[in-house]
Amino acid sequence: MSEPPALGRDDVAHVAGLARLSLSEEELDTFTGQLARVIDHARDVSSLDVHDVPPTAHPLPVRNVLRTDDPCPGLDRGEVLAAAPDVEDGRFKVPRIVGEAP
Amino acid sequence: MSAAGTSAAGAPGTNADRANRSDRADRADRERRADTTERAEWETVVGLEVHCELKTQTKLFCGCKNAFGDEPNTNVCPVCLGLPGSLPVLNAFAVELAMRIGEALHCEVRPSSFHRKNYFYPDMPKDFQISQYDEPINVGGWLELPDGSRVGIERAHLEEDTGKTTHQGETGRIHAADYALVDYNRAGVPLVEIVSRPDIRSSAQARLYVTELRAVLVATGASDGRMEEGSLRVDANVSVRRVGAAALGTRCEVKNLNSLRSLGRAIDYEVARQVALVEATGTVVQETRHWDENAGRTVPLRSKEEAFDYRYFPEPDLVPLAPGSDWRARAAGAVGLLPSARRERLAGLLGGAPTPQQVDQVHVVVGQGLDDLVVAAVAKGAPAGLALVRAANELAADIGAALALDAGTFGSVVEMEGRGELTATQAKAVLAELLAAGGGDPAAIAAERGFEALSEGSLAAVVQGVVEAHPEEWARYSAGEEKLAGFFTGQVMRATGGKADGKAVAAELQRLRR
Repeated sequence: MSEPPALGRDDVAHVAGLARLSLSEEELDTFTGQLARVIDHARDVSSLDVHDVPPTAHPLPVRNVLRTDDPCPGLDRGEVLAAAPDVEDGRFKVPRIVGEAP
Repeated sequence: MSAAGTSAAGAPGTNADRANRSDRADRADRERRADTTERAEWETVVGLEVHCELKTQTKLFCGCKNAFGDEPNTNVCPVCLGLPGSLPVLNAFAVELAMRIGEALHCEVRPSSFHRKNYFYPDMPKDFQISQYDEPINVGGWLELPDGSRVGIERAHLEEDTGKTTHQGETGRIHAADYALVDYNRAGVPLVEIVSRPDIRSSAQARLYVTELRAVLVATGASDGRMEEGSLRVDANVSVRRVGAAALGTRCEVKNLNSLRSLGRAIDYEVARQVALVEATGTVVQETRHWDENAGRTVPLRSKEEAFDYRYFPEPDLVPLAPGSDWRARAAGAVGLLPSARRERLAGLLGGAPTPQQVDQVHVVVGQGLDDLVVAAVAKGAPAGLALVRAANELAADIGAALALDAGTFGSVVEMEGRGELTATQAKAVLAELLAAGGGDPAAIAAERGFEALSEGSLAAVVQGVVEAHPEEWARYSAGEEKLAGFFTGQVMRATGGKADGKAVAAELQRLRR
């Protein structure tokens, strides 16, 4: 496996954009340095031989945690909508979404 | 996948505007070139993503009711609202139905895991959708269509549905909406997303694929197959390439295909657009497009995001799923007869080669999941041809009520019609009342409505009386003026209060004329 390219300022800006974080120029510099160090640390793993280690989907040695298909009561709508910033016709009212589709 | 993602940092309007301009250019170009396009040089390549809502009692990760049409936000709880501290627990029956789908599509049913697909859109209050990513439950498979062609299945994985967003504004159009209203009843409803290989070569084949897949999903008990209620939703990946080319062209994903008609029209439109574009500019821009049914065209929605923009990562609150061989065998056993076998069984009852009309009726009845009812009614003595017609027409028209109808009750009505105790019109009326009332006694309904069919003798007497009362018209009819048959039939119907059978009247008129 080849080494992934080093983390750049653009990568951090991109990821921040995806997470809807607004970062100042200084913060971008700070976090680029910090994130690069975190990723370097994780990169230590690549120095190990793991070819016979199966990928881990979950740290717990547990499978098949399931429930039966039986309905149970949820929350009262009044209570739910009381927590909403805005409500109309029993539904959550949210700002318009530009250039997007359901 | 059903969830919409937002584009990366920056003003989203910029992309949309640019895409709009490019779309106008596309259209103008297409119109200019429409006459000269050599379609025979081009091959259509389509892959379909079908989202199937599973017919469970509850949602995928919580015990909220999975129900269509309830009051908004009445089937919600801390889990599906994404409230802090809540934990998802997987619905075993949803897993069972997903495995049945995998078995029916000849997939390998495998151990699987769940991921979070992260995006900002108000249809999911958690800001992510739980889906399966690199380890889906069903991998590889195929669906054979009634025309003998085979479409490969890439995968069929479990995921949760999103909430329902309604855009509000003066025009009702997405781009012009002022605000949106969200109902989370659908958020967390179990879905299986079935991804086909790009094996489909025409809009007609795409329609056939969805029709057959729908019938399979109904037959396995996984889905009610109601496209009009959104329980089956289709996205199409469309591309074109020159005939003989090995490489696939750049594809566009088309969304908002709410019916088979939309699916066919959208593919035809998209193929014409892409052919014109490639001939003019050499390339198609990969993007997601929205089908506008009224305008009959696709419009750009967003440029295709890279998969990693969803920042998939393993869902830490759910452990891996690895159904044992016992459970997998039980699911396989529960699949039951597939549509092709069901169609054969039904056609076999007719006792002869089915007419083209009966072939259509068989498709409708199996597609709606009504064939068990017809088979049971015929086993109780109902005539098969008539049972098929009534199921394909009257029962299919009110499918919800029809599926709850007792086979013996349905069979009685068909038998009464078969014996001539009810005319076709009367049989339809009795069925309508049974469907509306959720059952009842067919004989009692017939008696109550005065549906005692005229005996042959009394019908002959009525026809004779009508003929004698209109000697002039009878002379003209006897001389060959065929349209007067309608006049006489009308008179007989009036005299009998509609109880006469139209076919029997026509036969009696013919007999008297001879």
